[in-house]
Amino acid sequence: MTERTREAPVLAVRDLSVEIEGRRVVDGVSLDVGRAEVVALVGESGCGKSMIAFSIMGLLPAVASVETGRILLGSEDLVAFDEEAMRAVRGDSMAMIFQEPVSSLNPLMKVGEQVAESLVVHHGVSTAAAWGEAIDMLRQVGIPEPERRARQLPAELSGGMCQRVMIASALISQPRLLIADEPTTALDVTIQAQILKLMKDLRGLGDTAILIITHDMGVVADIADRVCVMYGGRIVETAEVHEIFARPSHPYTRLLLGTIPKLTGQRKHLLRSIEGTVPDVSEWPSGCRFRTRCPLADDACANVPPSLPVAGDEAHQSACWHLDRLAEVA
Amino acid sequence: MSALPHEAVAVERPFRRRWWAAPMLPFILIFAAFVLLAIFAPLIAPYEPNVQNLLGRLKPPGAVVRGVTYVLGSDELGRDLLSRLIHGARMSLAAAVLSVMLSGAVGTMLGMAAGYARGWVEAVVMRIVDVFLSVPAVLLAIITVAVLGPGFTNVVLVLALTRWPRYARVAYGQTLSVANMPYVRLARFMGAGRLRILFVHILPNIIGPLTVVATLEFGLMVLFEASLSFLGLGVQPPTASWGAMLSVGRNYVSSAWWIATFPGACLFLLVLSVNLIGDSLRDLLDPKSRTRRKE
Repeated sequence: MTERTREAPVLAVRDLSVEIEGRRVVDGVSLDVGRAEVVALVGESGCGKSMIAFSIMGLLPAVASVETGRILLGSEDLVAFDEEAMRAVRGDSMAMIFQEPVSSLNPLMKVGEQVAESLVVHHGVSTAAAWGEAIDMLRQVGIPEPERRARQLPAELSGGMCQRVMIASALISQPRLLIADEPTTALDVTIQAQILKLMKDLRGLGDTAILIITHDMGVVADIADRVCVMYGGRIVETAEVHEIFARPSHPYTRLLLGTIPKLTGQRKHLLRSIEGTVPDVSEWPSGCRFRTRCPLADDACANVPPSLPVAGDEAHQSACWHLDRLAEVA
Repeated sequence: MSALPHEAVAVERPFRRRWWAAPMLPFILIFAAFVLLAIFAPLIAPYEPNVQNLLGRLKPPGAVVRGVTYVLGSDELGRDLLSRLIHGARMSLAAAVLSVMLSGAVGTMLGMAAGYARGWVEAVVMRIVDVFLSVPAVLLAIITVAVLGPGFTNVVLVLALTRWPRYARVAYGQTLSVANMPYVRLARFMGAGRLRILFVHILPNIIGPLTVVATLEFGLMVLFEASLSFLGLGVQPPTASWGAMLSVGRNYVSSAWWIATFPGACLFLLVLSVNLIGDSLRDLLDPKSRTRRKE
């Protein structure tokens, strides 16, 4: 464990399970995010990573519900909160940003007003009173001429600037936790790098804990301190970011990292992929959910689901029965 | 050298374009003229609208009787038609403005509530809307006025009562689509309450189509008020109203054509200008029709 996580985590998810129409889309997930720590939640589409984010924010779609587990923000269990109490927390002690920066801003509202929104909603101040803070915030996220930009509409800004605005509006209330759901997916690569740099810089300023949800290992390598790899609604491996890249200890993680194209590789090689597709929630296999696509799978995997921490040490946990044979997965 | 045409760079913003552009200008002026007439009726009208002059009955336009000039002629009680038309504009526009505001407000609220809350609110509101829309509005209005009794206030209330479903339906559909926009979702994730989401984030984004409905309804309300007055269910005599003037003029159409003709022409001009303004507003606010207007 690192220094940061030794103190009480800002966010502690314990044994969280989410069901949609009786099907577990998130199954017994536990994770911690410490003060000023960036934790990346990585996985393919449909592995339940966004559901975890929505559970934390208390805004699951109507068909989904938290079945078991606790979500601790500081010492308060958010699962026990009613809607009124959740609304007081949302946008104030924790904020979320999304992947569609342009359409996530109200097209008819001045950028400055949207940045001030959280102060208006939570602290009952007028937009005019929060205006100065909004401009400061815009300056902090690197928007040039913030006084002029604040009076503009989102349509007058580029996608990258809109993402900066969204980050500004999330951080203006100095939340303890920021959840970023694929924050750079819709942006082109150079802007992506700028936004990631911005998030790293901002982390240095405050104590905000960041949970970043992504499927992009490049983003993970760039920004995360710790990584939780998800597959089929479960966390299969969690470790420090350099550990994940240096010693991936779950077959899925190893295959996932193998799919990243390398500049040094041979030419005219096919890009690597993981065989098969993620099975539908209704067809998740018994035991280890990755076993249908795993080269190491045997009968043991079918019977008992491996759970964290099945193996490895405390800082690097992997849910696999076959740690000794990992080398077979190239 | 850049290959980009300069023209393609400008960002289109609906409200900043010249919505009053050339073809609409005459109709906007006509509408503005009616509005000014209505507001300043007592100052503009040459005579009192209700003063009778039995010696000056049914005089044709331009007639002069004892120093009184009937510019547009006189009616069957010798009242100056022009003065009555100007005061009648007041009734028409006031009834239309009030009923549009009332029905628009009620319909928009209910439609937004149905579109945002969904569930049973949606079911109840939208079924009532269906029921209202399946009954002919004029018939419903006539029956209701017959029960409530005639008069200006009742006309406004009845018009609002029969017309709110159109706004409700538009507001409902628009709210359904806007409520799923990422910015509304983000507002919820920022902790904004229902009312703030509805009125700060949704309403401004659906007001465009509602404005178009309101403009088109406005013309219809002028006609409805005239129809009810024509039937004797609206504004009561001796108060001037275009519909009532038409109704009286009908009896004299062969001998004194001006009594029915001028109120009819006013109605026609007002409704036409309002409808054409509404049409051009729709073209401006509807993103799909934008390409048509490219010059």
